Parts: sequence; structure tokens; C-alpha cells
Amino acid sequence: MSTLVIITIISLCAIGIVSAVILYLVAQKFKVEEDPRIDIVEGLLPGANCGGCGYPGCRGLAEAAVKSETMDGILCPVGGAETMNKIAAALGREVKAQAPKIAVVRCNGHCENRPRTSVYDGARSCAIEHSLYVGDTACGFGCLGCGDCVTACPFDAIHMDPVSSLPVVDEQKCVACGACVKACPRNIIELRNKGPKDRRVFVCCVNKDKGGIARKACKAACIGCGKCAKECPFGAITVENNLAYIDYSLCRLCRKCVSVCPTGAIHEVNFPPRKTETEAEKAQAVTATPQTTRETDSKN
Amino acid sequence: MLKTFKIGGVHPPENKLSASENIQVLPVPEKVIIPLGQHIGAPATPVVQKGDKVKAGQLIAQAAGFVSANIHSSVSGTVLSIDSVTDAAGLSKPAITIQVEGDEWIPEIDRSSKPEHQIPSSKEEILKAIAAAGIVGMGGATFPTQVKLTPPPGNKAEVLIINGVECEPYLTADHRILLEKGEEILVGVQILMKAIEVKRAIIGIENNKKDAIAHLQQLAAKTPEIEICPLKVRYPQGGEKQLIQATIKRAVPSGALPIAVGAVVQNVGTALAVYEAVMKNKPLIERVVTVTGKSVKKPGNFLCRIGTPISQVIEAAGGLPEDTAKVIGGGPMMGRAMVNIDSPVMKGTSGILLINEREASRKPMRNCIRCSKCVSACPMGLEPYLLMKLSQFNLLERLEEEKVMDCIECGSCSFTCPSDRPLLDYIRLGKARTGAMIRSRKK
Repeated sequence: MSTLVIITIISLCAIGIVSAVILYLVAQKFKVEEDPRIDIVEGLLPGANCGGCGYPGCRGLAEAAVKSETMDGILCPVGGAETMNKIAAALGREVKAQAPKIAVVRCNGHCENRPRTSVYDGARSCAIEHSLYVGDTACGFGCLGCGDCVTACPFDAIHMDPVSSLPVVDEQKCVACGACVKACPRNIIELRNKGPKDRRVFVCCVNKDKGGIARKACKAACIGCGKCAKECPFGAITVENNLAYIDYSLCRLCRKCVSVCPTGAIHEVNFPPRKTETEAEKAQAVTATPQTTRETDSKN
Repeated sequence: MLKTFKIGGVHPPENKLSASENIQVLPVPEKVIIPLGQHIGAPATPVVQKGDKVKAGQLIAQAAGFVSANIHSSVSGTVLSIDSVTDAAGLSKPAITIQVEGDEWIPEIDRSSKPEHQIPSSKEEILKAIAAAGIVGMGGATFPTQVKLTPPPGNKAEVLIINGVECEPYLTADHRILLEKGEEILVGVQILMKAIEVKRAIIGIENNKKDAIAHLQQLAAKTPEIEICPLKVRYPQGGEKQLIQATIKRAVPSGALPIAVGAVVQNVGTALAVYEAVMKNKPLIERVVTVTGKSVKKPGNFLCRIGTPISQVIEAAGGLPEDTAKVIGGGPMMGRAMVNIDSPVMKGTSGILLINEREASRKPMRNCIRCSKCVSACPMGLEPYLLMKLSQFNLLERLEEEKVMDCIECGSCSFTCPSDRPLLDYIRLGKARTGAMIRSRKK
């Protein structure tokens, strides 16, 4: 009986050893040469596999980063500048600092601004509602409120506000991966520069209808009057198809456009409360030339 | 045993309330709005300008490309504007607005009601007349007719199938024209047969229109090449592929056109329009529209000019009932709810259905219980529950494998679902996305 056990053990061990040797030889023969740096870079990435960089997952970005000579066009929006610096250091390259971005919802059509004209009782999906008709308001460009962006977000950074039924971006959680931008059938969400001290100025509307029609559909619509474009000292605002757009790379956050907008379609975010009328006048009297005003404004 | 299609199908309550109402001619409205995109394909290009005087039947917009259709003025008057107007879905679409002054027609149109029988002998002449008249599929698909009558090279039509099925509940426009314009329709069928050079035509009519079947059988006794085929009542028999299966027992392969099995399908409304275009020189400027609904005072069938505001057609049927919850363009199965009833009647408007609050209520969606009712209802042999899930997860390659592009969007699956799941809503989305993916691949 005991010999049987011993024979079994010995023969199994022998099979194991032979197989190990064969496997080793095969592995050597068919070895895939891979740059070891890809593994290193992948280790530095957040591992969310969100696709925000435009590559299929983190490994895709790592391969592209190792393969390309420069770091141009390669950015992990989730990790941001910090991760990119680490990757550049690991690869022994220089990386240009890229400003962090954030998703911005460009619609302010809550129930008070934009009265509901019909009841949508179909499937709760913006894409379906968009393919069927104008939506439950008269604005054919604004938010439909079914929350496709919320479903698409892999970082739990966008939520529907129950009161306004508009999506709200959580500034702490948003990593600007762009999943919501792709999910929105009406292209309301845009990735914009986060701005110094998280301060941003943007046109909170995407309505391209003529002024009268847009205004009738929504009180807070951009009517394309062009006042902001005239007011802007930096030429950052363009009006096209009855819609103003602020180029964030040119905007220096002077906020002059915000006060001239007749419908309040231009929004400012994270600025300290404005000075009262008299204080502002005093401040204007103190600053001598318009040149200096600009500088102080741009520092804001 | 009556003929019908092989797989799937449902039988919704018929509710043909206006079946015994004669076609009434609706008075010419004060203003018409004629959209430039009333057909599948490129919107037409306007050939008139603001302030121009036009007569009824005059060409006001020309077909822009191969798959497109001419558009004619349906009234006489002055062009008020060529601008975008809000359509039935609330979206801005380009249209020509005409202020009506009198009712003067272009002299080329023969307005007498005497039926003509002298069919032109040349095929080219017929196709030219059809294209010039801007005729599109009148069943609702609005595909330009002359394109459908020009089969791609290498294909030969063997039989013409005329769709008088009208399987949509409530609608009766085709039923009425079969009864009242039967003689003209038969001439139209003969013209169409000549245009595609076939020796045989079948008119498929569902058995709930017994009077129309008897009437046409009597009329067609003189013309042995035209066969009247009574069909069992079953939705969606009016679908092209279902009708071919029901009448000539041939199955159109997946992704192929009916011409692949030698069939060309045309609607009875189209046959009538073809008759009027070829024999009377009359372009497509008016059509029969059913206005119906359980709360409507006087449901009826109205011959109205293209561009008549829908609100005016509803007015003719006794006005908008108090308890109207939805106004649907088309029938209850495939029609679309409107948000703007001042939008105009178009070439493809077969009916206006006013449904009340009780009928319109949509129950909340519940979980799929895997009863497979949708699978047995699908006339294309697809698996709707699976397509919906795949569409929700945006798995386009899988959708393509599961033949989502074969879906005819008949809505039998949503109709039959005991859990009230919006199957078709999601499938339509998936189909649109898959179609876009396939097109981008070809580029």
C-alpha cells in the first residue's frame, strides 16, 4: 500500500518537473518583448480606465506615452498635472503644465425660467427624448433633465438637482474625463479651464434660435444681442448663430460681460460677492487709467 | 382560410370610428405653411421668393438630389415668407408660408371628375410625370415614389403589390378612398404596372373592410391582371415585408429591398396620386386625412390641402375635446405625439388621432419577467427584450449581430409587454446608433 503512495508521489513530481521545464522553454521561445516602462507608467496612472484621455483604458495611455517621443496630446485628466509630472519624470521627459479642466453645464432652464409646455412620459433617457421631439419645454437646445450625464459619470461627480431638474457638477469630484460631454445628446456640457482659484465666467446657454424665439422659450436664454462681445476688452467673446461664446483661453475674468447681459445668461462662479454700487464707484475713482483697471480685474 | 404573414403580429382593438364617413372637402384655409422637407431625403430648394404670386399646383420648391421630391403650392396667393417654422415636434424646420387669395389653379390641371382610362404608353413619360408631381409614399413613410419605381440595375420586378391594408387602428383614409375613388385607383395601379413593366398586380386589403373588397372585386372584374387579395386582420400587415409575405409568400432577406424577391409595394393613396398626376396633371397638393378619437364629436375623413394647419382640420371634426391628453400624427401604433397643433398637414399625414386622458396614461415601467411575449409578437423574428438591454448598455456590435437594423419599428413589442416596458423607445435609439456606426464604417 505504502509503495503505491510513494510511486504516485514520485510520478506526479516527475510530471510536474517535466512540464515546468517544457513551459519554461516555451515561455523563453515565445517571449513577447515589451518595454518595461509601460508597466511603470501604468502603475503611476489612477487605474480608473475611464477613457477620458481618449485611449482605451490606462494601459492604452501608458503604451502611447512610452511610444511617443514627446508628451504632446497625452494627458490623464483624472490624475492631472501631478500624475503627468510623475510620468514625465519616469520617462525622463519634460511636460508642459496643462491647466486643469472641469465639466460645465451650459443651461439654466429651470422650471421658473423655462416653463414646461408638454409632459414627456416616455422612457427616461435624454437620448430618446431628444430623438423624438423638442422636449418638454419650447427650447430645442436646452437640458432635457433625464440624467444621461449622471448615468455616464464614472466618478459620481454629476447629479440632478431635484428642484431645478438640471445637472450640477461636483467640483471636488469632477476630473474632466468628458464622459458626460459625450453622453449629452444636446451638447450642453463643455470641458472648460477650471480657472485661477476655480473662478470661471461662461455663457450658460446653448440656444441658437433668434433672440425673440429663444427668449420666449426661456427667460435666461442667450438672445445673441452681442452686448457682451462689445463690452469685452480682450476679444474673448464671439457671437455666432445668435449665441455668445466665451473663449476661456482669452477670458481674463474681468466680469464686465456679466453685468451687461440683459438676460443674465452669463454666469460667474466662485467669485467673492461684488462690491456695492458706491464702493465700486469709489474704486473706479481711485484707479486712474483703464489700463490699471484691467490689470486689477484680471488679478481677481 | 385568409392569407396573412407568417410570424409575430398583434391584434389591437380596431376602433375604426370614421369608417362610414364620406370624404369631406375641407375649405381652403387663410394661410398655409408648406415645409420643404416633407419626404425622406434632401429637403427641396425653394424656387419662389417672398412676395411672389403663386397659383395652386405651381412648383414652389424643386427636388434637391436623387432622393428628394418636388413641392407645389396647394393654394393661390402671395408668398409671405420662406423661413423656419415650428413643426409638429416643436423643432424649427424650413417652410414656405403662403397667404391665400382666392382659389386659382394652374390651367394645366384637369379638374373635371370624369375618370380617364387612356394610359400613356411610354414608361419614361410616366416616371417623369410622377417625379414632376412630387409624389411620395402616402402611407406615411414618404419615400419619393419615382425612386422606388426605378429598381437598382440587375433587379427585375415581377409583381406590383398595392397596400390597402391600413392595419393601424383608428385610421380610415385608405378605406374611404378605396370606396370612393376605386376606379381611379385601378387606373393608377395600371399606370404603376406599366412604369415597372409587370404583368401582375395584387391589392392587399384587410378583411375588416369587406365593403371595399367587394367594391374593388366588382371593378377589377374587367382587368384580370389585377387581383384583389383579402387578408386576415393582423398588425403590422401594412409593413412592406409582411405584406409581401402575406400576398405572394416570399420572404425578403434581412437587409435586402423588396425588389430582391421581385416585388414593388405601393400604397393605395400613392396609386391615386399617381393617377391624378399622370392623367390629370395634378401634382400632390391635397390628401385625405382621418381625424378621429373616442372623444371627438364628429370623427371623419377630410380632403385637405397640404399646408393646412392641423388645428383647422381638428376644428372641422368638431373641435378639440376637453379631455384630450395627446394629439398624435398618424395612427396609435406608429404615430407620433405632437406638441404644436398649428403645424401643417404634410404629404405623409394619414391621420390625426386625439386620445383622451384615460387612453394616454402610460404606466410606469416594471421589471422584465422573461415571458417572451415580445419575441412571439415581433413580426421580424427579433428578440425585443434583448435588443432593449443591449441598447441600454450601448453594445452596438451586439445589436448589429442581433439584426437590430431589421426592426421595422412597428411597436408590437411595446404593445404586448405586460410590464409596460418602453421596448421600442430603446430599440429605436439603438437602431439609430447602430445605423450611424455602420455608415461611418463604410466611409
